[in-house]
Amino acid sequence: MQPDRHEIALSVNGTSHRREVESRMLLSDFLRHELMLAGTHVGCEHGVCGACTILLDGIPVRSCLMLAVQSDGHELSTVEGLASDAGLHPVQQAMHEHHGLQCGYCTPGILMTMTAYLKDNPSPTEDEVREALSGNICRCTGYQNIVDAMLAAAKAMRGDAP
Amino acid sequence: MTTRFFGAPVKRNEDKKLLTGQALFIDDVELPGMLHAAFLRSQVAHARIKTIDTSAALKRNGVVAVYTAKDLGAHWQPGPLLVPPPPVPGIVFNLRSHVPLAKDIVRCAGEPLAIVVAESRYIAEDALDDVAVDLESLPAVVDIEKALEKGATCVHADLGTNVAAHVHQSKGNYRSAAANAHLTLKRRFRYEHGISSPIETRGVVAQWDGRAEHMTVWDTTQAPVFVRNVLAGVLGLGEGQVRVIAPFVGGGFGPKIMMLYPEEATLPWIAMRLNRPIKWIEDRYEHFVATTHERGQIHDAEIALTRDGRILGVKDVFLHDNGAYNPYGLTVPINSQCTLLGPYVIPAYDSTFTSVFTNLPIVTPYRGAGRQHGVFVIERLLDLAAHALDIDPAEIRRRNLIPKDAFPYQNEIIYQDFAPLEYDSGNYEPVLDKALEAIGYADFIANEQPKLRAQGRSVGISIACYVEGTGIGPYEGAKVQVRANGKVSVATGIGTQGQGHFTSFAQIVADQLGVDVTDVDIVTGDTDRFYWGAGTFASRGAVVAGNAVSEASQAVRKKALKLASDVFECAEEDLVLADGKVSIVGIPERFIRLGELAQRANPMRGAVKPGTEPGLESTQYFGPPSGSTANGVHAAIIEVDPATYELKILKYVVVHDCGTVINPMILEGQIHGGVAQGIGNAFYEKLCFDEQGQLLNASLADYLLPTALEVPRMELDHTVTPSPLNPLGIKGAGEAGAIPVGPLFAQAIENALQLKQRKIELLEIPLSPSRVFELIQQASQEGNKT
Repeated sequence: MQPDRHEIALSVNGTSHRREVESRMLLSDFLRHELMLAGTHVGCEHGVCGACTILLDGIPVRSCLMLAVQSDGHELSTVEGLASDAGLHPVQQAMHEHHGLQCGYCTPGILMTMTAYLKDNPSPTEDEVREALSGNICRCTGYQNIVDAMLAAAKAMRGDAP
Repeated sequence: MTTRFFGAPVKRNEDKKLLTGQALFIDDVELPGMLHAAFLRSQVAHARIKTIDTSAALKRNGVVAVYTAKDLGAHWQPGPLLVPPPPVPGIVFNLRSHVPLAKDIVRCAGEPLAIVVAESRYIAEDALDDVAVDLESLPAVVDIEKALEKGATCVHADLGTNVAAHVHQSKGNYRSAAANAHLTLKRRFRYEHGISSPIETRGVVAQWDGRAEHMTVWDTTQAPVFVRNVLAGVLGLGEGQVRVIAPFVGGGFGPKIMMLYPEEATLPWIAMRLNRPIKWIEDRYEHFVATTHERGQIHDAEIALTRDGRILGVKDVFLHDNGAYNPYGLTVPINSQCTLLGPYVIPAYDSTFTSVFTNLPIVTPYRGAGRQHGVFVIERLLDLAAHALDIDPAEIRRRNLIPKDAFPYQNEIIYQDFAPLEYDSGNYEPVLDKALEAIGYADFIANEQPKLRAQGRSVGISIACYVEGTGIGPYEGAKVQVRANGKVSVATGIGTQGQGHFTSFAQIVADQLGVDVTDVDIVTGDTDRFYWGAGTFASRGAVVAGNAVSEASQAVRKKALKLASDVFECAEEDLVLADGKVSIVGIPERFIRLGELAQRANPMRGAVKPGTEPGLESTQYFGPPSGSTANGVHAAIIEVDPATYELKILKYVVVHDCGTVINPMILEGQIHGGVAQGIGNAFYEKLCFDEQGQLLNASLADYLLPTALEVPRMELDHTVTPSPLNPLGIKGAGEAGAIPVGPLFAQAIENALQLKQRKIELLEIPLSPSRVFELIQQASQEGNKT
C-alpha cells in the first residue's frame, strides 16, 4: 500500500514551513523528526502525560493526539520559541530560580501549558495553578517547586515588585 | 579554602538547556540512514512457542530485516547475573536469567518474540502485524502463594520449583525474646510497589562504524560503564571499541538499569549486521510490560515487646514476587529484610524470605528498592503494639530509637553491599522531635482533633520513621581537568537522570579550585570520557562519585599550587587560589591564571621533573568501606471523606538527616519527588494482573500517577550527622522521600476513621479509596456475623 501524502503549510515559532507528510504522521513526530524541533517531548502518546503540549494558534494542544496534516494553515509555538535574545521567558526563568525541573523531560509541556494559562489568568491562586498543572505529569519534582515557580512567574509577568 | 558554593542552594547549571529544548535526550539522536526497530511482544504470559513466521513481514515495503531468537544464532544467550547474591550462609539462589528474545517458552506477557527493522517506526509497527505467531498457552503462575503449592506449574520447568531464592538471616534469639515478652503480635502484611514510570520511556540508538570497528550506543541507562562492558563481551569486541553514552535521561528511579535489556542486547548487534544505525524508542504501553517493575511481598511478621513497649524481637517470614527471571539477584528482598530494622533497637531478629518466580515482568529495584516493604511491616507492628499497650504511637517509637551514643550500630545481618549492616552514624531523637513539633503533634491530638471530630470531620495524624542504607560501593571515579581557557571539566562514570549532578559536583570543584560554579562543566555517562564506574543507584551518586570528584579536585588544587610556587619561586603556603587564579598572599597583583598554569603543565619544550604528570588534571577514585545510613521521620495530617474515602492531605512534614548537604535546594527537590512517588505508591499505583498474567491497567489513563492536585505542599527540615565513611560526610538522599509514605497513610486513615476502635486494621498498600471501602465493608460484615 502506498501511503497517501499531503502537502501542508504551517508556521512554527514564526518560521514558515511547507512539507509533504504522510496522512498518519503524528504532529509530535512531525515536529520532532521532520522539523527537528526535538524540544517537544513525547511521554505517553495517549494524551495523558502532557509532555508533548504545544500551542496551536495560542491554545495548548497535545501534539501526540494530532496529526501533522491537521496543523495545515495554523500557527504553532513550541518550547524552542519561548526564549528570546533578551533571555529566558519569565516562566522559564522562574522554573530555573525555583528548581522547578529535575530531569527536565516533562518541562517543555509544562512551559507551554503554563505560558498560555498565565496569559489567560495573570493572577492565579495556588489552587488554580495546581488545577492548571494537573494535566501535566511530572515524576521528579512533586510539583511544589513548579507551583512556586508559576506563582513567581505570574508576579513577574504582571510587573509586580518581586 | 573558602566554601562559597558547597552547602549553598546554587541554581542548576543544566537548567538552561532543559528549559530551552536544547538538551539531547535519546529520541533526539538523529543519524543519516537510520533504521527503526519495533518489538513483537507476547500477548500471553506463559506459552510454548510453536512457530513464528516472519515471511509476510519481510515482504512489506520498507522492512529491512526481521529477527527471531533463532536468527540471533550464537548472539542469543541469557543475560549475566547483574548482582550476585550476598554471602549469607545457607542461601539458596536459583539463577534463571532473561534472554534477548523468547525461544521455545514465553515466560511473561510483553517478553519479546521478534524484532522488525524498517525504514521508519511506522512501517516497523505495521509489519509487527504481519508476523504470524503460533503459541500454545500454558497455565500462568501469578499468585506467589499458589506458586509454591505442590503441583504448581513451574515458570522454569527445568528447575522443578518456583523458588528463586531462600534466605534466612538472624541476630539474637527470637524464640527466647518472645518467651520473655509481655506481648507478642502477629499479622499478615501485603505491600505492593509499582512501576517507576519515568516520563521518558527507555530507548537505544546503536551505530556501528565498520571501518573504525567501533560501536557507539546511546542508551537511557543509569549504568553506562557496565552496559559498555557487558555489550563489548556479547559483541565480541574490546571495551575500547564500544562507547556507551547516556545522554540527558528523563527520569530513571532504578529500572533504567539492566544487563542487558533485550533492546540493549540486540540493537547494537543488528547495527553491526546491517552496518546501519538503528533506533528503538519504547512506547508507553511497552514500558508497562517491557521495563522492570517492583511489585508485591507478603509478610507474616511477629513482634515481641515488654509491657512498656520496648521491642524484644521481631520475626518475619515473607514471600517476594521476583517475576519471570532474576538477573538482578536479591537486592530488593535483601533491602526489605534489612530495612525492616529501622531506627530501632531490635535485639532479636529472625527473618526468612522466599523469592518466587512468576509469569510476570521482572522485578528490579525502583526508588526505595524493597525498603518500603520492610518499613511498612515494622511501622505497622509498632502502631498495633502502641494500641494494644495503650502507648502513644510517637512515644512507642521514641522508646525504641537507637540512642545517639550507640553508633556505629551493628545490626549484624548482611546488607545488599555484602557488608554487615552497620549504621555508621545517627542521632535519631532530635529528628523525631522536630517532626512532632512541625506537625503540631501534641496540640493536634489534645485540641485540634477533638474539635474537628465534633464538627463531624475525619482527620487523622500519623508519624513514621525509617533508616535508609545509602551510598554503597564499590567505587566511582572522576577526572578533573583545568582547560587552557581556565574553565574546568569534570568527567565521571555515573549516569544522571535529573539529580542535579551538573551542579552539585560543580559546587565541590568550584570551592576547591577557586572558580565559579558556572565555569565547571560536568560530563556524566559517556564511557569515552570516563572509563570506569558502577552507576547511579542506591542513593549513591553524591556520596561515592561526589567524594571522587572532591579527591580529584583536591589533587588538582595541589598541582596548581605546586606549579605556581615554581613560577613565583615561593612556598605554596604563601599562595592563595581564588577567582580563577593563584596569587601571592598580600600581593594580589602578582598572580597567574589557572588556564595559564594548565598550559605550563603541558610544556612544548624543556624537561619536566621525574614523576611529573602532565596537564593540570587528576583522576581519583573513591570507594566507601560500606554504605552510609540516612534517617528521617515523616508526619502527616490527612482528612478522609467518610462516605467516599477520598483523601486530602492537610499537612505533610519531612525531617531527615542525610549527613552533610552539598546543595539544599537540590536535596529538597529529591525529597519532594520521593514523597510524590510514595503518595502514588500508598494510594493509587497498583499493577493489576488477571489470573492469566495480563496487566489490566497498562496505560497512564488507568495506572494513575499523582498530579499537582494530589501532591501536597511539604514542610521540610533536616539535621546533620555527617557520615564517618567518606571525607565529605555525605549520606544519600535520593530514595528517602519515597520510603515511609505507606505506613504513614495507613496510620493516618486508621486514626482519621477511628478504625482501631472498630477493630479494623489496614495491613496493606496501596490503599485506594475503593480498597479502603472494601476493607471496611468486609470488616463490618464479619463484625455482623460474630
